[in-house]
Amino acid sequence: MTKAMRSPGEAQHEYREIRGFASFDDPETLSYVDSDGNPKFEAIRETDEFRTLRRRLTTFIFPMTALFLTSYLTFVLLSAYAKDFVSTKVIGVINLGILLGLGQFVTSIIITLGYARYAKRRLDPQRKLLAEKTGVEE
Amino acid sequence: MPTTGNPVLNLSVFAVFVLITLYIVYRASSRNVTASDYYAAGSSFTGAQNGVALSGDFLSAASFLGISGGIAAHGYDGFLYSVGWVVAWLVGLLLIAEGLRNTGRFTVGDVLAFRMRQRPVRAAAANATLVISFFYMIAQMAGAGGLIALLLNVTSKWGQAILIAVVGMVMVLYVLVGGMKGTTWVQIIKAVLLLLCVTLMSVFLLGKFGFSLSAIMDQATDNNKLGDAVLDPGAKYGFSAMSKLDFVSLALSLVLGIASLPHVLMRFYTVPNASEARRSVVWATWTMVIFYLCTLVIGFGAMALVGTDKIAAAPGGENSAAPLLAFEIGGAVLLGIVSAVAFATILAVVAGLTLAASASFAHDVYANVIKRGNAEPRREIRVARLTAVVVGILSIIGGIAANGQNVAFLVSLALALAASANLSTILYTIFWRRFNTVGTLWSIYGGLGSCLVLIIFSPVMSGASTSIFPDVDFAWFPLGNPGLVSIPFSFLCGFLATVFSKREPEMDARAAEMEVRAISGIGARH
Repeated sequence: MTKAMRSPGEAQHEYREIRGFASFDDPETLSYVDSDGNPKFEAIRETDEFRTLRRRLTTFIFPMTALFLTSYLTFVLLSAYAKDFVSTKVIGVINLGILLGLGQFVTSIIITLGYARYAKRRLDPQRKLLAEKTGVEE
Repeated sequence: MPTTGNPVLNLSVFAVFVLITLYIVYRASSRNVTASDYYAAGSSFTGAQNGVALSGDFLSAASFLGISGGIAAHGYDGFLYSVGWVVAWLVGLLLIAEGLRNTGRFTVGDVLAFRMRQRPVRAAAANATLVISFFYMIAQMAGAGGLIALLLNVTSKWGQAILIAVVGMVMVLYVLVGGMKGTTWVQIIKAVLLLLCVTLMSVFLLGKFGFSLSAIMDQATDNNKLGDAVLDPGAKYGFSAMSKLDFVSLALSLVLGIASLPHVLMRFYTVPNASEARRSVVWATWTMVIFYLCTLVIGFGAMALVGTDKIAAAPGGENSAAPLLAFEIGGAVLLGIVSAVAFATILAVVAGLTLAASASFAHDVYANVIKRGNAEPRREIRVARLTAVVVGILSIIGGIAANGQNVAFLVSLALALAASANLSTILYTIFWRRFNTVGTLWSIYGGLGSCLVLIIFSPVMSGASTSIFPDVDFAWFPLGNPGLVSIPFSFLCGFLATVFSKREPEMDARAAEMEVRAISGIGARH
């Protein structure tokens, strides 16, 4: 769809032609692939697309890690140091501790599904954007 | 001696399983020629297949026999294990799976040495892998011993030792014939069988008690000498200040160690890309949740129907809770099936471990340290196969020595080692730009060394009636599990050693490549 808009000179940039896309709004944009076809990772690392991706990834995984570790360690510490509290019977002979433990199963499922969804909606499209900009595929 | 079914029947169910899986392994591996085929099954598995195989690595003898036995003997304290094993997958999902898949090819060493000086880091990574795998393998072999004892009613230590040796040789055969592809298929088959088995047993048990977990637990308390107290924390770990700390230390090792085990890390290479790696962890999480819910029912079910005293007296001790329960509810046939499945899990898991250890030696030590990256692939695979045989022999010896210990407990030591040596190093190398070679070496050896030293001088080795060497006493470290000390110590070592050593500007390009690849997957095939 962009082919008709290209200036004739642009066709000389063979790597762009091969990859099938180009930043036609700025013909002087530097290449992210060196002459041997290897990606220039240092340049890629400095792009806004990569920084956004990195930020989106870390702002999800680190807080989530803190969250599930806190929740798990709370369960463990309560089991070790608040025996009477977790021994409170709730349903029949099932006590609060067992329920808290089963609660860890539930939070694990929620975080797993949450991450899968976040990755699909916020990370993967950004990865695609970066791949398109730099012309480097997976 | 309580009767436990017909040994001939048990053996034949098991033998049929071994023959079928060996045939599948043989068929799957006919094109097992390149290093990528042998180590990573040519990265040809889908996320779902690999997810089932991944959970198969964990639905091991330690989980199935050890944890259901732990719950049957100690109630609440056994349940702690189940929780840790499920939550631990989040570490793999959020922090490790994708970055690892994007930067490595065959081993942990690939990732750790990616932007560091190759030879020392690869040697360190291989050392850690071999030590961790050895500990984990001993646990599996001890589980095999207990199971055989129960199945064939072999009670003499010598008889069990011979049987452990036979089991060890079958495992090595899987690896030699099948490589990663064969091993993964065995893992998938066995994981499906095991899940079916525990789900059916749990549903049956629940049905028997009017679908009330409470009713099962209520009857369970009648068959445990602690009575009601077994449903509360403390049945195993007691109430002294040290035993509580030990409990916390164990919990920490579980949650941080599982996704750091070499044979699990290696599984992320059998899928074609990072999003399949992610998908496989999601699958694994689901299967693990179902499985561990079932162990809760089976553990308390065994306590209720078989009784803690009878389990403790059986050959194999605690580890025989699930098979005894199977005999109680389904007679000799179900015992045969459950035992065959349990056996298969040991075979498959140790095959995976042997493969991880042999890959690490052949790929990291032989090809990259000794041959400096110029090894001929065929020779490298030959070295890998040879290593598999050596590892197999060592684990047979270790398994015989550790026969009779609770396998879940032995596994917890391997987890402490894995978390101490691998987790800190992997996280630093993926997420911290400044991290360098000196930091890598300190965090691997600092974690591994401190963990080993603390195990040697802990009550596990000496000074208590339950120790491996009960007659001598050189223990000065009070905790049975060193994770609480050694895991933070390895993070600290890696941090301080990096900060106090020179930057490595010559590695900047590699560091940039690693960061981009790990986070975006871009260029991961180059």
